Amino acid sequence: MNITIEHFLLLSALMLGAGMYGFFTRRNTLAILISIELILNAADLNFAAFNRLCDTAGLEGYLFTLFSIAISAAETAIAIAVMINIYRMLKSNLVDELDNLKW
Amino acid sequence: MITETFVFIILAAIVAIFSILSVTTKRIIRAATYLLFVLFGTAGLYFLLGYTFLGAVQIMVYAGGIVVLYIFAIMLTGKTASAGQKSLGMAKRAAALVASLIGAGLLMFAFISHKFVSLSLNAETTNESAAPIKEIGSKLLSSGEGGYLLPFEAVSVLLLACIIGGLIIARKR
Repeated sequence: MNITIEHFLLLSALMLGAGMYGFFTRRNTLAILISIELILNAADLNFAAFNRLCDTAGLEGYLFTLFSIAISAAETAIAIAVMINIYRMLKSNLVDELDNLKW
Repeated sequence: MITETFVFIILAAIVAIFSILSVTTKRIIRAATYLLFVLFGTAGLYFLLGYTFLGAVQIMVYAGGIVVLYIFAIMLTGKTASAGQKSLGMAKRAAALVASLIGAGLLMFAFISHKFVSLSLNAETTNESAAPIKEIGSKLLSSGEGGYLLPFEAVSVLLLACIIGGLIIARKR
């Protein structure tokens, strides 16, 4: 069996589906963030696989993955700071209870 | 070729199983641990593609940085330690499952029905000479055609803003 780009794409689609399911069902903000990490990771895997197996001339997908990892690290740091601040104010991390801005 | 197929199947199984476990487990600390395994599996896939530097960055930044940050945050927000799945009704969870299954299924259908012109994994496409570290370095810092100096500097400014923002948001008042 030859492993081609389709196998990588199917794997990352599965990761994306798992991330979507977690994003819909989780109630803890940190668990939602973990699901977002899964979705980002699926996109990164696609970039690298396309660069290696479909367009081998350049390094565009490679460098895009590198930048994407850096940006998601920054995003996670800020989001976790926000969530720790939320926990400090409301003593809870569940999205059901974060309704101060709702109306 | 058989070796690459075997390694890919093992890594893909690890990634698939642990990404599903990571969103279905009740305890959030386990979800973070399963995320760590998913990230390790993805790093292994990068290594398999011959992108060794990318795999090393994935392990250093994700496994060494982000997951540790998650674990600290989970421990700091201790009381609501469950992932909070109990409060969600069965109908809503079924709706979420159907939505994500349809989404992923449509994507998979599009991927399979589209005929990609693709190489396959073999000894040539898995060796690490495809992305030499010298070329990556000069591309990241070149301002000519195909250079990535501007995004590189933009990311460094973003990281600085992120440090300051994190300090200001998370400080005690």
